[in-house]
This record gives sequence, structure tokens and C-alpha cells, in this order.
Amino acid sequence: MEKDYQLIILGGGPAGLAAGIYSARNKLDSLLIEKAMVGGLAVYADLIENYPGFPDGIGGLELGELMLRQAEKFGLKTLTAEVTGLDLADSRKTVRTRESDLTARALIIALGSERINLDVPGEKEFVGRGVSYCATCDAAFFQEKEVAVVGGGNSAISEALHLAKFAAKVNIIHRRNQLRATPLFADKAKSDPRINFIWNTTVDAIEGNDNVEKLRLVDVLTGQKSTLPVSGVFVSIGQRPNTVLVKGKVPLDANGYIITNEKMETGLPGVLAAGDIRSNSIRQTISAAGDGATAAIYADRYLGA
Amino acid sequence: MGKTVAVTDSTFEEIVLKAADPVLVDFWATWCRPCQMVAPILEELTQEYTGKLTIAKLDVDKNHETAQKYHVMSIPTMIVFKQGKPVANIVGFKPKDKLKQELDAALG
Repeated sequence: MEKDYQLIILGGGPAGLAAGIYSARNKLDSLLIEKAMVGGLAVYADLIENYPGFPDGIGGLELGELMLRQAEKFGLKTLTAEVTGLDLADSRKTVRTRESDLTARALIIALGSERINLDVPGEKEFVGRGVSYCATCDAAFFQEKEVAVVGGGNSAISEALHLAKFAAKVNIIHRRNQLRATPLFADKAKSDPRINFIWNTTVDAIEGNDNVEKLRLVDVLTGQKSTLPVSGVFVSIGQRPNTVLVKGKVPLDANGYIITNEKMETGLPGVLAAGDIRSNSIRQTISAAGDGATAAIYADRYLGA
Repeated sequence: MGKTVAVTDSTFEEIVLKAADPVLVDFWATWCRPCQMVAPILEELTQEYTGKLTIAKLDVDKNHETAQKYHVMSIPTMIVFKQGKPVANIVGFKPKDKLKQELDAALG
């Protein structure tokens, strides 16, 4: 396999794929590296209804596959590998994977974000036995049972609404006293008779024998502890940027996202960032794709300069 | 050339429990995105593990009994059976490398 490229794109979500379409079409010798599966977080969306050009919506997985096909048609190369290290200081950047070191003059970091786990006792132990991160996958196993959703954003509410079609009762456990979710969504949940809100509360532990049986809860205002018997708990407390590889190498904001200018430049010559990993990103498929295109165009200009 | 084998409640005993070689059973459903992501990886693994492992798929939507018997509450769940006994339980989408690591550990 070739080891040196003009451009390496890290991450195969909508940002990386859009960057790949633009760079390959501009005849840059480009490689996209993805650790798991192209499509990024968007693949988890059953139906993306706000991506232009698809009036009937499109599945996240299908959209990812279409973008990949489009990029490969123009000559984008792809590699499935986990990046283990980055050297960004020289004009030729090095990307380390378990198998080999690859180099490029320009780099687009589109590593996106990853799910935040609850990180409480019992969470790991009960994965697949009552702890779940995907209501669309697992709701049917909780027919007429009582479950909990942890979180208060759009994704948590969407999980709860889906679960309410199956479960007898859905408790939304949120650490604040109001939802972060958009009003349209929040109102839908509030008017669903099967959904119950438990405000100002966090989960301390997940307990059971073979399967999940109860949650240990703490009221964040009073410190009062309680127990909630449930058969399932769906964790949906948000995402954090995937910036382990670039910490200390490019400027990050207070929340750990990469700071860029409007050209997607990080301040390090030849190193650009695009998509959810970028500071102030609105974290939508469309904005990620837009970032990717912008980054590819300015990477091309950098390489041509 | 390997290929995944579809199993059902009624063929589970014959194909999985009575098999001489280890069998990985992928508990999946049509509505599950991560299951769709795992599917092509499993097809590739049938080639790489030919002669060492049979890869079977059980649609939980149509085969409640077996899914319940093995306490499947999250899909995809992949259970490795050796001589009819479950020896490993892999839950959720895993990149191919990670899946192979866990499989190799189970096959030992």
C-alpha cells in the first residue's frame, strides 16, 4: 500500500466523506481513514428528514453508503484502521496506525464525537442485559415493562417517545429541571401518558442479578437517595468530541472541541478540521458535509500554494 | 466459500446446539441499524473463519423463543456456542478488528 499522500482525511462521517468527494474530484491524492464504518454518527439515524435533496427522508446508513460511493467514484482511497498517533509539527504530517505510518502534507480532522457513557457501577456489567444505547434496536424487548431513559436532550426524548410505544412506563431521568430538547419534541413527551419525568436527578448505580432490576437515584438538590425498579435503562446523555489524538497539538475550546476559522483551518499549517469535532458546530449532517467541502477546498489551496 | 446460515426456533437445536464446530449466532432484526452494520462484517468473517466457525443469524422478530431463552435484550447480540454451550456474549456493533479479537479469545 502507498504510504504518502497529498491529503489524509481522518474520519468517515459526513464531514470526512464530503471532504473526500471534493478533494478526490480536485484530483488530490487523498486517503480517508475510518476505524469502524463509514457514515459516522449519522448511521444511527433511522431517518434523516432534514438533509436537502431527500424529500422523503433517507436512512443514515444509506446516506453514508451513497456518499462513500460518490467519493470512490472520483478516486478517493479508503482505509479501515484505528489511528493511534499523530505528528503534526512538520510540514509532512505523520498518521500512525497499528499496521503502518502514513504521511501527507495536509490533514483534515473529521473524527466527530462519541457517545458519553454514564460511567456508574453496573453500566458495563449489564450491557445487553437491560442497559442499552439504542431504543430503536431494543425497545421491543421491553414490551409492557417499566424502563428509564437518562438524559434531557433531543436524542433522549426521541428514545423515550419510541420506547413509549412498547413499554408500560418510561421514566425520563434528567439532572436539571427542564429539558434541553426542542419544544416541539419536549411537548410531545410531556403529553405522552406513558412518559414520566424525574427531574433534578442522577443515576448512581445500576443493579440487578441476571438482568437490570433497579436504579439507585440521587436528587441533586437535596442529596436524597431513592430506588427505581426498572427492567431497562437507556443511556442518552450526549456526545463528546473525539479529540484524544489532537489534545495539546491544536487549539481546543473549553469543551474540548477544535477551534477553527471560517476556512476550517486550525492555526497549524496544513491541518484543518471539519464536522462535529469543531467548536460551535451545530452537529447536523448538513453542516458536517458543508464543513468537509470547505476544508477540502482550503486544503487544496494550501497544497497548491 | 463460507456464508452465514439463517436459523430459527425450530432449527436452532440441529444447526447450533448439536454442531460439532463452534457456532456464532447473531441475534438481529431488520429494524436495527447496528445489526445492519454488523452484517457485512459477518459475511467477511465467514470467509476468514471457514472450517473453524459457523456463523448463523437469528431474526429475533420471528424467533422469540430462542432470543428469550438466551436472555437477549439488546441487538445485535452475538453468542458463541461450543458443543451446545454459550461461551461468549458480544453485545453491540464492533469494528471488525475488535470483533475478531473477541472471537479469537472465545475460540481459544
